[in-house]
Amino acid sequence: MADQAEFSDLAMDYMSTLYSAALRMTRNPSDAEDLVQETYLKAYRAFGGFEAGTNLKAWLYRILTNTYINTYRAKKRRPEIADVEDVEDLFLYRHLSADQPVGLGRSAEDEALERITDTEVKEAIESLPDTFRMAVLLADVEGFSYKEIAEITEVPIGTVMSRIHRGRKALQKALFEYGSARGLVGASGDGK
Amino acid sequence: MPGGARVPGFVNCDETIERLYYYLDGELTEERRVEIAFHLDMCGPCVGAFGFEAELRKVIANRCKDHVPDALLDRVAHALQDERVRQGN
Repeated sequence: MADQAEFSDLAMDYMSTLYSAALRMTRNPSDAEDLVQETYLKAYRAFGGFEAGTNLKAWLYRILTNTYINTYRAKKRRPEIADVEDVEDLFLYRHLSADQPVGLGRSAEDEALERITDTEVKEAIESLPDTFRMAVLLADVEGFSYKEIAEITEVPIGTVMSRIHRGRKALQKALFEYGSARGLVGASGDGK
Repeated sequence: MPGGARVPGFVNCDETIERLYYYLDGELTEERRVEIAFHLDMCGPCVGAFGFEAELRKVIANRCKDHVPDALLDRVAHALQDERVRQGN
């Protein structure tokens, strides 16, 4: 049984990542703050049931995710545009690889990656439908395994894999569109 | 990227790309992982794609950091303190 007195020492370390995740989920700084506070309170109350030595980060994220779904997602229902079937594998890589001379320093795609800004990544993630956004957040921003994500979201592992793979496609498309808007893609690219 | 006949223990480019995310995510069996790793050692186009996806993942993670407002730190500390008092600890 974990001791509540230890809670702050252990859990406050995760404030920064939980806050970032809350921002991506709620898309609203005020809601994000409320969500983080609520998460910490719930976690503190439930901490007696946390098995010391197990994955605290995943445990906290489960509380965060459930609180988000129950409190905030229920309120604002956005239409879920889930069709990424027309987005090919390696979408971003293929679209950024213009005809460049081989072997002359950095490739076009490496340069484009370097130029991606914080804002573009955050907005691209935040533009995704809920299920994709959660999947990409947990897998790529937080680095949880498929199994951990299945436990956090209480969804079968096969569904987790599908959401991650499709979520990444959706994210790459969104990143490309933001990049195009910024004129990242050169004359030989497919930008609008 | 070229395809190719499947030889046991070897994967072609299509199969490699199909499994690329599982490989990147460390979710393949050891046997499969070795097959993909071997193909990547031999195939320029595939390793280029792999390198890009690995780098993209780092970019996504690194660009998603936010500064936690001091006010939030205070709020949470106070809320926990109040809860401690409420519980009589």
